[in-house]
Order: sequence, then structure tokens, then C-alpha cells
Amino acid sequence: MIDASGVMKSFGKRTILRGIDLTVETGETMVIIGGSGCGKSTFLKCVIGLHAPDSGTIVVDGTDITKLKTEAEIANYRRRFGYLFQEGALFDSLTVEENICFGLKYLTDVPTSKYRQIASDSLALVGLKDVEDFKPSELSGGMKKRVALARAIAAQPQYILYDEPTTGLDPIMSDVINDLILDLQKQLKVTAIVVTHDMKSAYKVGSRIAMFHEGRVLQVGTPDEIKNTADPHVRQFVEGLSQGPIKMKLKEFEADEAHDGARRGKA
Amino acid sequence: MESLFAPFGRWILATSEEMGHFVFLVRSTVLWMYRAKIEWRQTLMQMAKIGVDSLPVTAMTMFFTGMVLALQSGATTKHFFNVPLFIGTVVSFSIVMELGPVLTAVVVAGRAGAAIAAELGTMKVTEQIDALYTLGTDPVRYLVIPRLLAFLMVLPLLTVVSDFTGILGGLFVARVKYDIPTIVYWHDIIDNMQVKHFVHGFLKTFIFAFLVSMVSCYKGVTTRGGAEGVGKATTQAVVISMVLVLVIDYFATAMLNALGIT
Repeated sequence: MIDASGVMKSFGKRTILRGIDLTVETGETMVIIGGSGCGKSTFLKCVIGLHAPDSGTIVVDGTDITKLKTEAEIANYRRRFGYLFQEGALFDSLTVEENICFGLKYLTDVPTSKYRQIASDSLALVGLKDVEDFKPSELSGGMKKRVALARAIAAQPQYILYDEPTTGLDPIMSDVINDLILDLQKQLKVTAIVVTHDMKSAYKVGSRIAMFHEGRVLQVGTPDEIKNTADPHVRQFVEGLSQGPIKMKLKEFEADEAHDGARRGKA
Repeated sequence: MESLFAPFGRWILATSEEMGHFVFLVRSTVLWMYRAKIEWRQTLMQMAKIGVDSLPVTAMTMFFTGMVLALQSGATTKHFFNVPLFIGTVVSFSIVMELGPVLTAVVVAGRAGAAIAAELGTMKVTEQIDALYTLGTDPVRYLVIPRLLAFLMVLPLLTVVSDFTGILGGLFVARVKYDIPTIVYWHDIIDNMQVKHFVHGFLKTFIFAFLVSMVSCYKGVTTRGGAEGVGKATTQAVVISMVLVLVIDYFATAMLNALGIT
């Protein structure tokens, strides 16, 4: 179980997370949705310890990441996670097999003689075959994502964190990745957090959906609850409307005027 | 209104902060070297990349440096004494004690240092550095230490080759331009040069290797902001390494002189 409470994070003067409270139960897939810059990816990176929150706690199975001090403790904590990066983040100097087996050397005691087998098993789980000796630059976007997913699951993590798994893929490949996430969920029985702004994907893979807005959690609910939400912010986002309480800046001055108008209205 | 000194103050703050981060990287590098196994495979690959690939360019640089030193010293002594004198001595002392170590470090900084900063910078902006953390290792252990060790092992060797090719370049000009017999050129060298002169230059290469590799790695792993950031980090890595090599060379020389290795 991942239990985050009061997580705050700023970069310089920009405050990204303003107190996130979110619980992810064991075995569920929590989808985090929200506009660009609302802190989804930052939160995910806080969970795995790539960013240290300024305040708040993130407890995973009794261990609070914010209390861990030494690099060894943090490395040990990270052992239970697989992380799928937005652009895959495959090491381009290594082959697909070396990429997939990279973590095994540091995270597990698996002998090197088994690496080839594990690589092909992981690739099979994401629906790929005979690509072990390719370099990442020789693969298409969708294949890269799958290889990155195979790398994330190779060391058999209990938790998988997906950072925008379908961004940049065509609609069909996006759905294939969604199916893969569901499939892995069934086969590996992992707990997952999926960060996305692709609503189709969110409804399909999520057991629950949390909407982030301006660094806070706006609503958490099942896909059906989110679909039929009464919250105007959430409704605007899931229906993808430019008009509504969330002011996306088409032009800086328009947003400011809208803001001023709202303020004047309040006064 | 902002004070006239504000930009200066900001510059001081930014520079001190950066130096602090650099020191942290050095500290972390030392700690990881104690704590974890060294990635020898990575180190060997880096040695090949830095060493073998830099060899032709450093050798050529030093050959021509030796040639021009011989030409200049020959011309000067000829002007004063009517015969070219001590060409071998001038060439060998200049090269073995100063120009060999310094120019090799500068050329390798431009070649391998830039490549390191660009590679690590690209890894940083494409989240590959973050991926290292999530896969149970650390960029210091996997990327920085192999490059530092490779530099420490390869730069001194490259410098020895540079010294040799520089002296050969001098010999070439002495023979062809001034008709000086090889044996005379050779005696100009061995009659005057001692082992400690070589040690003087050789010891400095370790300092240069440390500086160039750490600055390039630091600039790489702290890159921000996409392709533009990588370009900026690469340029800064090369400029800072080169300037540092030249500045630290003076202090290292002063220190070695104080220790009597001169």
C-alpha cells in the first residue's frame, strides 16, 4: 500500500505540490489525471525517491521514503518499484537485452547465465520477440515503450509506476499499451500508479482515478464516479472542454483578465 | 531600484553554489569508490574511448609543437651565436615539463571532455540518469567513477606518448632545417635532463586528469533544458576544464618546485 499525506514540493519559487493526500491500495491501479504542470509526474518521482518532498510523508508498506537518509537505504527502498519513463529512457549505448537486464545486476542475485532467458521472458510479456540484440535507436516509438516496460518488470517489482505510458503513440498503439498494463496487472498482481492525461486510457486501466489540479487532489473515485462527477473542474477535464473553471492560458493576458474578473466578481 | 552590485552578487552566489555542488560530486565519488565495486567493464570501455581515440590528435599536436619549438629556438640561437645551439635541450625541457602535460590535457579536454559532457547531458535530459536510480545503481558509480579512473590511467600514458612525439618533431626540424646530427640532438637532451624533470610533468597529468574528468562529468549530470542545455553544458565543460588546467598548472608547478621536483 502507498499512503501519501501532505506531500509538498517546490522547485525554487515554483510550488508544484501543495499537499497531496492519496492512498493506493495493494493490488489496485490508481490513475492520476490532470493538466500539464499540475504535479502528476513530480508526485510519481517523489514516490520512488527521485525527488525529496519538502514536507509530508509517503509510506510504502510501512517504510516512509521521506525518513530514509542514506543512499543505500533509498536504493533498498527502490527495489520494490518498476518505473516506466515518459520517453522510455532506454540506455542508447546498450542493446535491448542489456537494457532489460540492467537492473538485475543491482537489484537481484540472479546469475548472469539467466539474463538472456529473463530478457526474452520479459519481452514476451510485452509482446515482443527476437529484438534482444537491437539498439534502442533501431526501434519504433511503440517498441521502445514496450522494451522500457519489459525493463521495468524484469526484476519483478511489487509496484509499477507508469509516467504517461501512452503519450506520443498512435491511438492503436496506445490501446495496445493499455491492454499490456491490464495484462501485466493480471499476471504479475502488482500495484500500479499510472500518470496520464489520456482519458480513454484512464477509464480502461484504472481501478480508481485521482484528479490533480494545481498541486492538490481534487477528487478520487472509480472510473464511473469520475465520468459522472459533479465537480465542475473534473468534469471540464474529463470532457476536454476549453471553457470552464480551469483556465488554460490561450494567451497570457486573457488568462490574467479572466483571473482578475473572477477576483472582482468575488469582491 | 536594483543596486548596481546586484548582478555581481548574484554571480557570486551562483558560482559559490555551483562550486559547492561540484565538491559534493567529488565527495560522493570518493565515497562510492570505497563503498561499491568498481565497474571495470565500463572503465575499460572509457579508457579505449578516451585513450585510443585521442591518441592521433594529441600525437599530431605534440609533433608540430616540437617542430615549432625547434624552429624558434634554432632561429634564436642562430641569431645570437650564428649557429643553432641546444635545440634538443630547449625542446625536451619545454615539452616534458610543461607543454606535453598541458597541451595533452587541453586537447583531451576538447575531445573526450566534450564527449563526456554531451553524453551525460543527453542522458540527463532524456531521463536516463533517473532510470539508473530506478534500476538500483547510481550515476556516480556507473558513469562518473569509470570515467574518472579511465582519465587517471590514460592521460599520463597519452602524455608520455606526447612527450616522445614532441621530441621527435623537434628532431625532425633539427635534422632537416638545421642539419644537426641526431646524436648531437640526443646528447643535448640526455646530458641535461634528469628523471625528476620527467616526474615533474608526469605528476601534473594526474591533477589534470582529475580536473578534466570531474568537470566534464559534473557539467554532464547537472545539464538542464533539452538540446540547448546539452550544448551549453558541453561548451562550459570544455572552457572550464581548459582554463582550470592552465590556472592549476601554475600552482602545481609552484608546489612541485617548492618540493624540489624541478
